[in-house]
Amino acid sequence: MAKEKPSFPSVENYRTMVEIREFETEAERQYKAAKIGGYCHLSSGQEATTVGTMAAMTPTDLLVTGYRCHGFALARGVPASEAMAELFGRRDGCAGGRGGSMHLLDVERGFYGGWGIVAGQLPVATGLALALTRRGREDAVLCELGDGAVNMGAWHESLNLAALWDLPIVYLVVNNVYGMGTSVSRASAEPDLFKRASAFRMASERVDGDDIEAVFDAASRLLTAAREQRQPAVLEAMTYRYRGHSVADAGTAYRTKDEIEERRGRDPIARVRSLLLDRGAGEDELNAAEQRAQTAIAEAIAFADADPEPALDRLAAGMYAPTSDLQFARMKPGSPYGEEELVYAAGLGA
Amino acid sequence: MSAPGPVAAPAPLAGEAEVPVGETQRMNYREALRLAMREELARDERVFLMGEEVGVFNGSYKVSDGLLDEFGPDRVRDTPISEEGFVGAAVGAALLGERPIVEIMTLNFLLVAMDQVVNHAAKVGAMFGGKVRCPLVIRTPNGAGNQLTAQHSQSFDGWFAGTPGLKVVAPATPADAKGLLKASIRDDDPVLLIENLSAYKEKGEVPLDPEYLVPLGLANVTREGTDISLVAHGFAAVRALEAAEQLAEAGISAEVVDLRSLRPLDVETVAASVKKTNRAVLVEEGWPSFGVTAELAARIQHVCFDYLDAPVERVGMAEVPLPYAKNLENAALPNVERVVAAARSVIDGTR
Repeated sequence: MAKEKPSFPSVENYRTMVEIREFETEAERQYKAAKIGGYCHLSSGQEATTVGTMAAMTPTDLLVTGYRCHGFALARGVPASEAMAELFGRRDGCAGGRGGSMHLLDVERGFYGGWGIVAGQLPVATGLALALTRRGREDAVLCELGDGAVNMGAWHESLNLAALWDLPIVYLVVNNVYGMGTSVSRASAEPDLFKRASAFRMASERVDGDDIEAVFDAASRLLTAAREQRQPAVLEAMTYRYRGHSVADAGTAYRTKDEIEERRGRDPIARVRSLLLDRGAGEDELNAAEQRAQTAIAEAIAFADADPEPALDRLAAGMYAPTSDLQFARMKPGSPYGEEELVYAAGLGA
Repeated sequence: MSAPGPVAAPAPLAGEAEVPVGETQRMNYREALRLAMREELARDERVFLMGEEVGVFNGSYKVSDGLLDEFGPDRVRDTPISEEGFVGAAVGAALLGERPIVEIMTLNFLLVAMDQVVNHAAKVGAMFGGKVRCPLVIRTPNGAGNQLTAQHSQSFDGWFAGTPGLKVVAPATPADAKGLLKASIRDDDPVLLIENLSAYKEKGEVPLDPEYLVPLGLANVTREGTDISLVAHGFAAVRALEAAEQLAEAGISAEVVDLRSLRPLDVETVAASVKKTNRAVLVEEGWPSFGVTAELAARIQHVCFDYLDAPVERVGMAEVPLPYAKNLENAALPNVERVVAAARSVIDGTR
């Protein structure tokens, strides 16, 4: 007898979408309150793509993303408190306050990082897939990238290697229409981005990235083929970001307010809400899920705010493995010929 | 003379045991590199080699000759001409605990993978708070002298050594080629091992012990002397030894310090030598401006200020894109004659 297909999306999936939206909304507020610095890229509007793909991954699959990574981290299970503490630059952030908004990670959950150079994460993710095959693991890598990344050489080199070596990897192109302020039509001579995979004889498809079921189905199919047949693929998810490229961008120089409002009018979270209601979920149940998400983010803010800054002696922490201390002993501050004003400290306990 | 008293040689660091050399065999530098890879491939399943022409072609410079037959195409993986792609793939594989060795045909081609080396490999440890490591080795030859002209005759050692998060080593002898490559493969951080096209044919005694390792961060005094210190790394250290030989014939006792490792840098051994001789000529294959010798000069003035009897002198590649014409190329190289002349000028200036 066939196993019953678990219902998707679940109320929990809905809660995750709301949590991501709350996280992003709150992150922008905290940025304006100067609690968060640096670059901060929000993904509000993209929740169906994020949660739909993350739900298609197994716990032992691996995730790599670009810098718009908050939602992926949360959907992969990184506690909101650890993610927010990282944005705050605090000790108990998921990267110890060393990475910030763009460089969330959680190795225990198979999340090998938010990376900050457009398309730079693609070769890295491709190598993780190579390592999976070398270890005989039947897992796959999901590598997130934006529409702007497909015009980089690293995209072409990565797809070629993945196809040449039959690597278990799905490249998820989150097409939110704009690479910073340049629309896909102004950046890409082939604006149907998924078609570029055909140059490498690689499977590819495009889905409505705001339709969580379509995203989940496509991602599940492609990830399964990656795991079981070592068939790499490109999945292009058509979505939209409501906010600017980063919090420093009002997001209105290159698009109209009408366009943004039109997209907000078919919000992916509202779509899942009505879908769940149609399928018999109760208003109370969904309201409670929203409440849980809001509480989690409020608690994350409180946690991050109370969390201490990293100790100053952690300045060079983690840069080199702890086994390197001896190697650097002859140039470190404190050694007979070390220069105090230069920091060459080694791992110091990671 | 200003030197305030005798200076002791650097004390060995705790745990820095002298490796018993044991049985040796005479072989050239490329054979020593191959021996190191063969031993490490056999020792550790996580180790694999990849790069252009490392397999079927048996290596552009024959360093990996025979390894494909011995270990198969998964352990010795041919890649397309795609440095950004496969250097990045090595970074990714290392994140999961593999120990890739990437061969780059020459250092010049590493520039197209610069983003993966500097923005990715070097950042892993610190940027992710020490939560993940990147045990990767990139090995590649630098250098000029074969009429390869402007795009294929470069030494960017200082660029990489100036990047926190990377380690950079440069063996000058076959024994160090083996010992440093093995230590780099076993290291938990990304290491760039800079070889040299002219060094590949250099011969020397190489320890056969499969546990022969040369620790990173440890310079080697390859010739003792009292009048002047010649400090160099990689093939420049070979030139420095020849220069010391010629200087000896002229009655000048030159000490040669082979750095072996640029980051970590063994400032202590350099300082001990300069404090003894009170004079230094620094030699490198690359352009000296903003280079390895520039860094060394800064270090030396800082720690040996009261000991110097003459300004520190530098010899490197002439600061032009390398020309093709043989006579022009020769004039541009940091050859032995220029090292000798620099040493003499330092000595003469202080006599």
